[in-house]
Amino acid sequence: MSVTSLLAISLGAILTNNFIFAQFLGICPFLGVSKKIDTAVGMGAAVTFVMGLASAFAYLVNIVLRALGLEFMQTVAFILVIAGLVQFVEMFLKKFIPTLYTALGVYLPLITTNCAVLGVALLNVQNNYNFIESVVYGITGGLGFLLAIFLFAAVREQLEFAETPKAFEGFPIALITAGLMALAFMGFSGLKVW
Amino acid sequence: MDFITILYAVLVLGALAIIFGLILAVAAKAFEVKVDPRLPQIQDCLAGANCGGCGYPGCGGCAEAILAGKAPITACAPAGAEGAAKIAAIMGMEAPSGEKMVAHVLCNGGVNAKKNFEYRGVQDCVAATKVCGGDVLGCKYGCFGFGTCVAACQFDALHIGENGAAVVDKEKCTNCGACREACPRHLIVEVPYKQKVFVNCSNLDKGPAATKVCTNSCIGCGLCERTCKFDAIHVVNGVAVIDYSKCKNCTMCAKACPKGAIEPIPTPEEKEKFKAAQKAAAEKKAAAAKAAAEKTESAE
Repeated sequence: MSVTSLLAISLGAILTNNFIFAQFLGICPFLGVSKKIDTAVGMGAAVTFVMGLASAFAYLVNIVLRALGLEFMQTVAFILVIAGLVQFVEMFLKKFIPTLYTALGVYLPLITTNCAVLGVALLNVQNNYNFIESVVYGITGGLGFLLAIFLFAAVREQLEFAETPKAFEGFPIALITAGLMALAFMGFSGLKVW
Repeated sequence: MDFITILYAVLVLGALAIIFGLILAVAAKAFEVKVDPRLPQIQDCLAGANCGGCGYPGCGGCAEAILAGKAPITACAPAGAEGAAKIAAIMGMEAPSGEKMVAHVLCNGGVNAKKNFEYRGVQDCVAATKVCGGDVLGCKYGCFGFGTCVAACQFDALHIGENGAAVVDKEKCTNCGACREACPRHLIVEVPYKQKVFVNCSNLDKGPAATKVCTNSCIGCGLCERTCKFDAIHVVNGVAVIDYSKCKNCTMCAKACPKGAIEPIPTPEEKEKFKAAQKAAAEKKAAAAKAAAEKTESAE
C-alpha cells in the first residue's frame, strides 16, 4: 500500500467510479434532497460521514465474520452496523445541528437504506481493501456523492427559473439533467494518472 | 452447514446488536433533546388525517406551528371547534367560538350545461382545462364533473351528483380545504354548515350568453334581489350572491328564481303557490293604492 494507491482509490471513488453517476447507487437521496444547495450539501456531508464510519465498522465486523467463517452473513451484519450508525448520526444532528436535522427530514433515517452506504461496505470486501484503504474508499466515495449532489442541486436551483415545457416541469427535467450529468461523468472513465 | 456455524451466526449478530443497542442507549441520554410536552398533546387533538389542508407538512408540522404561535389554534379545520377548544385548553388560551363551516360547490350545471365537444381524455378536471383552451363546457365557469375534487377529498365527502356536477356531503365535510385548492375553476367555497340556500351558479356572463350555455344558469335578472326581505342576496358582476350572515334561509329567492339556479330548487307546485301569492300580494297592493288615490280624490 502506498500513497499512490490511496490516491488512485480516491480518484476512482470521486470521479471515474462515482457512486451516483457511474455505479447508480444512492439515487433516492440524490433526487430527494437536491432541491436546495444547502440541504444537498448537508445530506452529502451526512452520507460522507456515515460512509466513512460504516467502512471502518464494517471492516472490523468483517474480520470477526471471516475468523468465524461467516462471510455469508456480511449483508445482514452490515445492514445492522449501518442502521445503528444512522441512528447515532440522527441523534447527534438533532442535538447539535437541529436546522440541518429538520431540513433533511425523512431522508435522514433513509440513509439506512441508502444503497451507496451498503454498497461501499460490500465493495470494500469485494476489492479486498485493508483497513486504511476501506476508510479512504468510504470517505472519498462519500465525497463523490457530495460532489454529485452538490452539482445536481446547483443545476436544479437554476432549473427553477428556466422555462421548461409544462409537462417537463419539476422532476422530469431533473431526471433528464441527472442522465446528462451521468453521461458527462462517463468522460472520466478513461482517466489514468498513474 | 453445521450447527456450530448457525450458533456462531446467532451469537455474532446478537453481540453486535447488544453493542449497538448499548451505544445508542448511551447516546440517547447524552444527546437528549427536550421536547415541549405540549407538542404530542396538541398533535393528539388534531384530526390525524395528514390531509395538508392547514398548509403544513402533515399533522406534526401543524402541531409545531401551533405551538410556536405561527398557526392559529383553529388551523386544523377537520378537528373543528372541538379540537380547537382542546388545543386552547393545552395552550392556556380561550376557545374560539367559531361557526362550523363546510365546503359547497357553486355550480349546478352538469348535464344541464351545453358541451362544445365530447372530451374523452384523462378524466380529470385539470387535464380537461388543458384541452382546446378548456372549452369542453360551453360555460366558462361551470363544473366539469370529472371529479378532481372527489379525488382530493380524504373524507369521502365529495361525489359527482346525479346531474353530473360535484356535490358536497356536508355531514362528512370537515372543511379541510383540499377540494377548494384542487378545483381548477375555483367553484368550491366555504359556507356555514347551517346555510340551506345557495346560488348554484358562478356564470358571470350576461343573461342571453348564460342562458345559451346552461339551462339553469343565473342570468342576473335580480328577481331574487327584489324578493328578499332581508337584503341578503344581490346580483354582483352578473351573478346572484348570498350574504350568508344576513340570509335567514326563507327560500323565497329560490322560489322567485325563473331559472331554478337557487338551491333548494322548488317543486312546480311550490312555484305555482309562490306565483299565486305574489300575484295576490301585487293585486292587494294595487287595490290599496287605488283606494288611497280615490280617498285623496274624494277629499279634494
